[in-house]
Order: sequence, then C-alpha cells, then structure tokens
Amino acid sequence: MAISDQRMLELPAATNGQRPLGVFRRPTATTGWRSWFTTIDHKKIGILYGATALVFFALGGLEGLIIRAQLATPDNTLVDADTYNRIFTMHGTTMIFLVVMPLMAAFANYFLPLMIGARDVAFPRLNGFSYWVFLAGGLFLYSSFLLGGAPDGAWTGYPPNAGLTFSPGHGIDFWILGLQITGIASLVSSINLIVTVLNMRAPGMSLMRMPVFVWMQLVTQFLLLFAIPVITVALFLLMFDRFFDANFFNVEMGADPLLWQHLFWIFGHPEVYILILPAMGIVSEILPVFSRKPLFGYPFIVFSGIAIGFMGWGVWAHHMFVSGIGPVAVAAFALSTMFIAVPTGVKVLNWLATMWKGKIELRVPMLFAIAFVAQFVIGGLSGVTHSISPHNTQQHDTYYIVAHFHYVLFGGAMFGVFGGFYYWWPKVFGRHLNEGWGKLHFWTMVIGFNLTFGPMHILGLQGMPRRIYTYAEGMGWDFWNLAATVGAFLLGASFLVFVWNIVASRNNPPAGADPWDARTIEWSVPSPPPPYNFAVEPTVTHLDDFWHQKYTENEFGHLVRRDTGEEVHSLDEHGAPVADEAHPSADGVDEHDIHLPSPSYWPLVTAVALPLIAYGLIYTYWLVGLGALLVLVALYGWATEPPVDPEADHADHGPEPHEPAAEHDPAREPVAVGVEEDEE
Amino acid sequence: MSAEVTDTVATPGTSVAASTTGAAAGAHRTSTGLSNEKLAMWIFLGSECLLFGGLVSSYLLLRRNVGDGPGPHDIFDIPFTSVSSFVLLMSSMTMVLALSAIQRGDLRANRVWLCATALLGSTFVAGQVYEFTAFYREGLGYTTSVFSSAFYTLTGFHGVHVTVGIVMLLSLVVLSLRGRLGQERSEAVEIVGLYWHFVDIVWIIIFTIVYLIP
Ligand SMILES: [Cu+2]
Repeated sequence: MAISDQRMLELPAATNGQRPLGVFRRPTATTGWRSWFTTIDHKKIGILYGATALVFFALGGLEGLIIRAQLATPDNTLVDADTYNRIFTMHGTTMIFLVVMPLMAAFANYFLPLMIGARDVAFPRLNGFSYWVFLAGGLFLYSSFLLGGAPDGAWTGYPPNAGLTFSPGHGIDFWILGLQITGIASLVSSINLIVTVLNMRAPGMSLMRMPVFVWMQLVTQFLLLFAIPVITVALFLLMFDRFFDANFFNVEMGADPLLWQHLFWIFGHPEVYILILPAMGIVSEILPVFSRKPLFGYPFIVFSGIAIGFMGWGVWAHHMFVSGIGPVAVAAFALSTMFIAVPTGVKVLNWLATMWKGKIELRVPMLFAIAFVAQFVIGGLSGVTHSISPHNTQQHDTYYIVAHFHYVLFGGAMFGVFGGFYYWWPKVFGRHLNEGWGKLHFWTMVIGFNLTFGPMHILGLQGMPRRIYTYAEGMGWDFWNLAATVGAFLLGASFLVFVWNIVASRNNPPAGADPWDARTIEWSVPSPPPPYNFAVEPTVTHLDDFWHQKYTENEFGHLVRRDTGEEVHSLDEHGAPVADEAHPSADGVDEHDIHLPSPSYWPLVTAVALPLIAYGLIYTYWLVGLGALLVLVALYGWATEPPVDPEADHADHGPEPHEPAAEHDPAREPVAVGVEEDEE
Repeated sequence: MSAEVTDTVATPGTSVAASTTGAAAGAHRTSTGLSNEKLAMWIFLGSECLLFGGLVSSYLLLRRNVGDGPGPHDIFDIPFTSVSSFVLLMSSMTMVLALSAIQRGDLRANRVWLCATALLGSTFVAGQVYEFTAFYREGLGYTTSVFSSAFYTLTGFHGVHVTVGIVMLLSLVVLSLRGRLGQERSEAVEIVGLYWHFVDIVWIIIFTIVYLIP
C-alpha cells in the first residue's frame, strides 16, 4: 500500500511484535466510570471539560455573590478587607482561567473534530493530558484556601503589590504556579487543535468551507499559542522574585514594574479575544439555523475574525494609560484601539443581516444568541470609549470598567456558552433540554445580568473605585449597589434553574440526529455520536455541507428538500447509519473494524506530577524531585506505549491480509482508524 | 469497497489522503502535507519564539541596572563564550549528519552522530556552568542586581532547553540500540533535529544581543 512510504512519525514503541515498555496493564474499558479517567475520546474529554468548568463556575459565582453581599450596603462588615481581596482575586482568576477558557475548550474538543469530519483530534492522549493538567491546576489553585489563604493580588497580579514585601503569604505563590499549570494545559491543547484543524479535515473541507465556529476556534488557538508563553515569562519573573530573591520587580534596585504590566497585557488583551472569539463562533452557528438563512457574509466574518487575531496584539497598552507610558504611546494605542472596533463591528452587522428577513424561531439557543449580540454591543461600545484617553483616565479602576468587561465576558462569552449548551445539548446527550425551563433560565439570566452590571456603569461614572471592600454612606452609591446585589442573586437563581433543567431533562425523548434542521455536518451523525464519529469519512462539497445534502433549488429557484430527513441520515433501529444516497458506502461498515486509539493512564499520571512539583516549590524541595521523576517516568512510559494497544480488538480478524505497517501499525499517534479491507 | 477509499479513511490528514481524494472533492487540500508530529513541532517552536522573545525583551529593558555589582562588560569573556557558541553551532552540523545517516539507513552512523551532537551540546552546557561559576566568583550572584537576575534567567532558560534536547538525543540513541529506531522512523530524528536547530538559532540571537552588542 502506498501509505507505508508516506510514514508518519511513529513513536518508536512497538516494532513488529516487540512488547511495549511500561509498568501498567493497558486500560481497556471504554464504558463505565473508570473509563473517564483513562479516556482519550475527544467527546468524553469535552464533556469532562464542560462539567468541571461548570463546577468552577458555581464556585466563582459564589465568590461573586460574596462580593455583592458585602457591597450591598455601605460600611458592611460581612467580610473584612483581607478576605475581600482574596475573594475578588479568586473570582476573577476562576472565571477567566477555570470557567470561560475551559468551557471554550469543551466546545472545541467536542465539536472541532465533528465539524471538520475527523474521527478524533490529532493527538488524543495529549488531549486527555490537557484536561487533567487543567483540573490539576484548578484544584491546586483552590487548595490555597485550605493552606493558609488564597491569593490576594487581583487577577492582574501587579508587582510590587504582588511581591514578597506586600504579599508575604503563600497566596500569590499558589496563584503563580496554578496559572503556570493551567497554562501548560492551554498550550498543549492549542497545538493539538491547530494540528487537528490544519491536517485532519475531511476530503473537500477546504478552509473556506469550515464552519465559522471552527474558524474562530482556530484563531483562538493561535492566540493562545502565542499569548501563553508571554504570561509564562511574566509569571516566571515574578516567581523568581518571590522564590529566589531575583530583582525583576525590585524598584529599590532600579527595576521597572511597568515590565510586568507590559508582559501581562501583551498576554491580557489577546486573552480577551481568546475568551470572546469562540463565543462569536457559537453564535455564528446558532443564528443562521434559527433564522432559516445562511450566515450573511461568511468570508467577512472569517476575515474579520482573523483581523481581530492580528490586531489584538497591538492594543495592549490601553490598559496602561494611567501608568505613565508617555503621550506618544497613549496616542498610538488609543488609535489602534479605535481601529480594532472595526472588524468587531463588521461581525455585528453580519449577524444582524443574517437575522434580517429570516424566519426567526425564538427557541432557547436563539434567545441566548440574540442576547449575546445585544449585550456584546453594549460591552463593545463601552470598550471603545476607553480608547478616548481622557475618558479612560477618568474611568480607570472604577466600576465603569467592571461593568464593561462583564458585559463582554458574561453578557458576551457566557451567554454564547449557554446558547451553545442549549443548541448542542441534543447532539451531545441525545436529548433536548426543556424549552420551558430554558426560557425561565434565559429570562432570569438576562434580567439578573443587566440588573447586576448595568448599574455599575453609573456607579463608575459616579467615581466608585473597583476593588474596595466597602464604602461610606452618603457617597450616592447606596441605591445602585443594592440594585446590583439584587441582580446578582437573581443571576445565581438563574444558574440553579439551569442545573434543574439538566436534571429535569434527563428523561426527555430522544432528539434524533438533526433536531434543529441544522446546517453543519456534526448534525449528520447520530446523537450522541458513536465513538468513531463518522462511520465513513464524509466528503464535503459545500460550505454548510449538511444543508446542501438536505436541500436544493428547483428550476424556479425555490428551495426544495432533496430527501426526507430520514433518508439523509438514515439510521437502523440500533441507531447505526445505514446506506443511503448521501452515504453510499455506509453499508457493511462494522464498527469493530474501526480502530480508535486505546485509553491510557499516562496522561493522568503525568498531570498528577505537576501539582506535586508546585507544592514542592512552595513547601519542600524534595517533593519537586519526586514530581520531576514522576514526569520523566510518565513521559517515557507514554512515549513507549503505542497509541493503539496491539492486543486490543485485533484478535478476531485472524492473520492480517496485508502489510501490518500500513494501517494496523499501532504506533501511529493520529487516530489509526483503518476501516479494514475485509469488506472488499 | 475499493482499496482507494480504504486508503483515504485510514489516513485522514496525510498527503496521500489529500491526493487520492483531492480529485474527487475538487482538488481542495485538506491537510498541510506535513505529518501531525512535524507540524506540531513547528507550531510549538512558534510558541517558543514568544517565550524567548519575552525573556530577551525583559533582558534588554533591565540590563543597564547593574547596581553595585559588575556590569556585563566587566565580566564577559568573549573569546571563551565564542568558542562554546562555535561548539553549539557545530552540533547543528552533526545533527544534520545524524539525520542523513538514518535516512540512508546507516543506523550505526546515525547513533554516532546523535552521540556527537549530544556530546557537543553537553560541552556547551558545561561551558555555561563554568562561565556561571566564574561570574559568581567575580561577584555576580543571581540576586546581585536587576541585570544579574535578567542575565542568569535568560541564559539559564536557554541552557535548560539545550539540556532537554540532550535528553531527547540520548533517548533516541537508546531506542536505536534497542532496535526501535530504524530507517522508517527517520522522522523522529528529524523532529528532534528541528528542536535542536531552533535552540541553536536562539543561542545565536542571545549571544549577539547579550554578549556582542555593547
Ligand atoms: Cu484590552
């Protein structure tokens, strides 16, 4: 076969018949609770990401509620200043690094392979590793609550405030190391997903036929790839200052604390787009489906997303207008900040044009998508006002800023995420979330959100600074603070409605493969998708390919259905695809002939070693050695373990009819999914 | 089912898949033609550029703050560091020879050149350790000044990268000795080589910026 001379890298593990090295018996279970610890199925990993992030969302939300309860009335004494600092630091850090980023990773993991017609990501075990490292980093960060106090330097961690002099406890150490660990997760997963999208698209899935969600995730992963190392440098410098008495931010020795601000915001501004671009992608999938129209101006949306990805690197100093960077720099960054609003505005106009004259169905995903557009516009507009540097100087570090970024990150990103939950829930779990509870969830969330963060614009304009733990009576801030607190508790209630909706929906009737009459190919496979995603690799001929499989134009230019829905994705009584016009070769595909990569312990083991190292750095260095040793052993175990267990599942085929290196080669990391030639 | 379709399904993302199905799907390329592993290494090295970019710019911003300690040109021994830089550069050449050996199928030569590369790399790291010790004796500790922290951090990060590269090279040698690194797996050597050359190039930049530019 031709493939054998087109060799992909095989980890030099199991050459013909040699036993792979390793101490573990290879895990084999793909069902049951144990399988979740060793899974390398991108869909299960996506679900793990999502569920974990929702737990952190509840924690971060609780912290937000404590903040709001403390600020409900003037001179409140619910928490003291020190606790308040820790709570708001953890709230911000949690929501950004442990909620929105992993939620976007959840959608990326689950849907990128399905949307590009692949059977898994490029490196399934690295994918599992990313998840476990993220979880390890999050738990490590939260363990600081039990070990002498959470970090208290705000999510921006500015030194010298975050230096040893002003923050002598271990809180900041936990913050630095926790973010380093989650950074590893993001970096590994970005490499994995970029390779997946660039290399593993189904035949015909050219770049300009990719769904917008895939595009936005691709841009996001590139932003992560280049932004993570920058924050890594900043965190290392601060860490060396705190652990080894380096002088990077030691002002007495002539160091410049602006270095931190520059490094942090060179990461920090792209980070904003890392959080919002995937949500833009989700909304760009939802709006066309529920407007019964194709997305208006697909290339404009794609290219403006790419433009945001480039321009996002040239605006970071708008966070530093009051830091004394000089008038030239302020002018330059004010201008670039105004310009970056242009591609964002292009997207908003395209979304509106998508809905224009569409047959709009106000189902729950659509409601969230519309709220996303509206609230994101408010957050975007208040954002552009920051480019006016005098206004920026006035609003710096006031509640106006808090209002602005919550409109973008909560009103934008989180609304997009919940829209995505309602939209893709039937695909992932095979059942709809209830429409009624969903609408209650939506309306309590919209009202609660706007009641919480709307008044903060006013409070900010009235001069209320952020990050203060209480305020005096008679500042004129009492009413709007109370209003915001009421809104926050309504928001908390809306999340409970969502959780209840999940419980209440568990026995809903099966939704079928394509409940929304959607446009992209993830809807062409059964719900929930089989482990191998596609029985036969799809061939793509159009943008919105699944739609074109279902519909065509007749000679009068009217839209007509090509087949009945059943014929497009016909399933037998077991839910397996059967042959039809769209999938002519589906017949005879026996799922036992599709070899997916085998589960593995090594991702989990490697990930567990990282917090060991981190604890060791804080408490005792011998733990660092132990952790490093574990990493080394795990990496060797990993490298010498073939991606597909040679002993799994092959026995029933008897002697291989062809050269084993071709598609049976177990050492091929990227999904060795050979449909065997038995059916020839 | 035809063998052609089987090929396609079995190799999502390889250039074979792109070429056999490209005709059917209107000649749209759906992969880069690079293997996943090689592409991943390239992408990772892109990320590393920003890591060293951040460290180098931090160094440039901070290097003038020498405090009471010695400054860069009080202590640098340019001839010594030039020699160790030359040694590292030579290791890139032996790396190329190692790759060409395994591509020819000359596994013994491959091992020899891999060992030579690792040896040259170790010489460089040893030179760095010696240099650090000498600087320390001359009064430049890690905490002496802002400059000293920045200098040791930047060059130290590079040294760690070289060390990781040496570990990878030696792992390849061990695998080769155990018969698990044949000609057909030359890409493993190629990918480690990419990393190795990248680390060398970074050193050229660091050497120029830190040692040569006054
Ligand atoms: Cu910004």
